[in-house]
Amino acid sequence: MFTEKYTEKVLEHFTHPRNIGTLEDADGVGEVGNPACGDMMTFYIKVRDGRIVDVKYKTFGCVAAIAVASVVSEMAKGRTLEEAKALRNEDIARELGGLPKQKWHCSVLGAKALKEAILDYEARISGQSREKGPQKPRRKQTCPDCGVENPITARFCMQCGAPLEKKS
Amino acid sequence: MKEKIIYLDHAAATPVLPEVWEAIQPYFREWFWNPSAVYDLGGEIRERIEEARARVADLIGAEAGEIIFTSCGAEANNLAIKGLALAHSKKGRRILVSAIEHHSVLNSARFLERLGFEMALIPVDSKGRVNPETLQKMLTPDTILVSVAHASNEIGTIQDIRTLAEIAHANGSFFHTDAVASVGQIPVQVKELGVDLLSLSGISLGAPKGVGALYLRKGLRIMPLIHGGIQERGWRAGTENVPGIIGLGVAARILKERLPRKGPYLRRLRDRLVEGILSRVPRTHYTGDPERRLPGHASFCFEGIEGEALVFTLAAYGIYGNTGSACASKALKTSPVLRAIGLPEVVAQGSLVLTLEEWNTEEEIERVLEVLPQAVARLRAMSPIWKE
Repeated sequence: MFTEKYTEKVLEHFTHPRNIGTLEDADGVGEVGNPACGDMMTFYIKVRDGRIVDVKYKTFGCVAAIAVASVVSEMAKGRTLEEAKALRNEDIARELGGLPKQKWHCSVLGAKALKEAILDYEARISGQSREKGPQKPRRKQTCPDCGVENPITARFCMQCGAPLEKKS
Repeated sequence: MKEKIIYLDHAAATPVLPEVWEAIQPYFREWFWNPSAVYDLGGEIRERIEEARARVADLIGAEAGEIIFTSCGAEANNLAIKGLALAHSKKGRRILVSAIEHHSVLNSARFLERLGFEMALIPVDSKGRVNPETLQKMLTPDTILVSVAHASNEIGTIQDIRTLAEIAHANGSFFHTDAVASVGQIPVQVKELGVDLLSLSGISLGAPKGVGALYLRKGLRIMPLIHGGIQERGWRAGTENVPGIIGLGVAARILKERLPRKGPYLRRLRDRLVEGILSRVPRTHYTGDPERRLPGHASFCFEGIEGEALVFTLAAYGIYGNTGSACASKALKTSPVLRAIGLPEVVAQGSLVLTLEEWNTEEEIERVLEVLPQAVARLRAMSPIWKE
């Protein structure tokens, strides 16, 4: 799945991104990433009868981030919420014909942004604030250098190799 | 592939000059002999190498005996930093390098840290300049080497090497400058700069890839890094890259002739480009020093977008430039140079570097001025952090 350069499909989505924009009356909004790390995605979804009927997004980021957002928007449209939530980053990367290794996290970001939008929608209809309830202990740690999520047990970042500091 | 390419990434690589290409052809098959061979054929090649050495020396105002050929600019930097430190470790163990050095300087110094040396980064101001007073304060009796690049390939800033070298020398420290970005762009004379070591590379001079050179002031001792035979008078073992060295010699001769005309032309072209971009694209930072900079160098940061996406958008129009954004690097780290000049990380992501050469034309610049504002506007329109 790792490629040396961008596949034609990635470049095609980058050059002609689908569904780009915002939804004024979105049912759910999901925002992930951090512009300081070079990637940020905001997804807007419209839901009818448990299905995603419209998707829009905005992306700040590299070629891969833009292509991922575009392909996620295509993949999500028409799916049920459960199906869309089950979208894994591997599915996204496969749909694009693979991604360069250092761009793998872009596919993670895409899956996460969509999921966040769905969770936002679900929280809105259940009338509950999403921050409610005791916070689960964090099982992941974020690399201070590249922002990639690593297992809490990792001592070095799996993306960039930077040492991960242990909080005692 | 594309109808016509507008190549504006000459800091990364230059095409081999036609004269150089011609000159090196026989050395692949006809005159392939090993220059170390004892018979007359080997001697012929040896003579040609010495000719090339004299030409490279002439370009930078050095003596032929002060030039060591290497495999690239990075090797020249490695040899300078590690070689000098290892040879003079009894004198002191502190090394100062500027915060905007090339990785080959920075990581050589970091490697020395592991061997028990102490390394410190000299900060730069927002234009990327090393302040002489800062250097003065950072020098200790223990400091054996100071390394500051003559010009930055990322932001184009030219340092006042002469002043910095004088300060280092007054402290008894040696001075190295990485001149890979400046040789061939502006006049570089080692005696005027007052440096002890200077690195240059064929890649930015129209010579083939795989050749560089280190100027080592006569009488100065360093430790070789590649041990073996006595090629390069023992400073660097290994059979010489004959075509590369011959090519570098020819390129040096040509550049010496062309330099006086080249500078003003590049500056005019660059100024048109910069002025056009700054007037057409709002919220743009012109990075580096606007005055003291390489004549063919233009570098920007556009707010609200990411550089790799911009490079690929321009490439779709056949325009090729470079970026220092985090996404474009394999390590996913923002260029240390852009961080060192104090740009916020978000702004630094939108970096674009355009480096011109004498074969770039006014028509090409006009085309860039047509395409670039659209490309930036397109990416800004899809960016969640861009607010008009």
